[in-house]
Amino acid sequence: MLEHHVIILLMIAGAIVAMELEDMLSSVIALGAVGIGLTLEFLLLRAPDLAITQLVVEILSLIILIRATVGVKLPPEKVKGRIGYFLFAVVFVVAFLVFSYRALGALPAFGSPIMKMGSLYVKEALAKTGAANIVSAVILDFRGYDTLGEATILFTSVIGVLAIVRKVGRKP
Amino acid sequence: MSLYALCFILFSIGLYCLLVKRNLVKKIIGLGIAEYAVNLFFILLGFKENAEAPIIDKYAATQNFVDPLPQALILTSIVIGLGVMAVMVAISVRIYEKYRTFDIREIRRLKG
Repeated sequence: MLEHHVIILLMIAGAIVAMELEDMLSSVIALGAVGIGLTLEFLLLRAPDLAITQLVVEILSLIILIRATVGVKLPPEKVKGRIGYFLFAVVFVVAFLVFSYRALGALPAFGSPIMKMGSLYVKEALAKTGAANIVSAVILDFRGYDTLGEATILFTSVIGVLAIVRKVGRKP
Repeated sequence: MSLYALCFILFSIGLYCLLVKRNLVKKIIGLGIAEYAVNLFFILLGFKENAEAPIIDKYAATQNFVDPLPQALILTSIVIGLGVMAVMVAISVRIYEKYRTFDIREIRRLKG
């Protein structure tokens, strides 16, 4: 129980560092630290598939973000005229926290999930699909159309990135 | 319960970063933090005390698993997050090449 608290507090600290640092490369690397903390937390929460995927995605997104920040020189940020934005954002975030704190009472307690659909999957996965890993049985068999949609989105985003960054055929 | 509250705090840090910062890369980082918090919240909801990872073992015949459904959904969500981040970074790099800045107040050549 305590280890979850420690890791999530470390993630919060990393997120604050990533938000407040001036240097963009440093804040991108702090975001990587938050992602590695999330990987550890997935391992502790008995989700090894998610931990593997999160590690790979974390490394890839770190590389992509470093491509955006390397060689960039920015003047220091001016701070005038932002008190209105600041107050608006603080009010918005505090309202979100108050509402979510009120909603906490309706959730099931930590460590005892409802598992209305999950228990059905656990019972029938091996007999119906023959897969020993229940998560892969769900994503590839019970909810295969979701995975098809995911592959479509990934393909579309690759096409989008290629269309944005390519240089040939562009008029000066 | 306190774990859920910490998860909400992590989400609100990302939300604050998205609202207040004017650097495009900082905004992308804030969106990433909020996405991490949402993924973590779903997995926290599916956790079960003293249960195993949802992989059936022939030799240790137990049916006491954590909930596999949120894990399958979040597996999809993580990969989609990578695609969204790649598109955002590509647009930001193009904007930097054209305007030489990441500040959203300076990017207004189309305005008015």
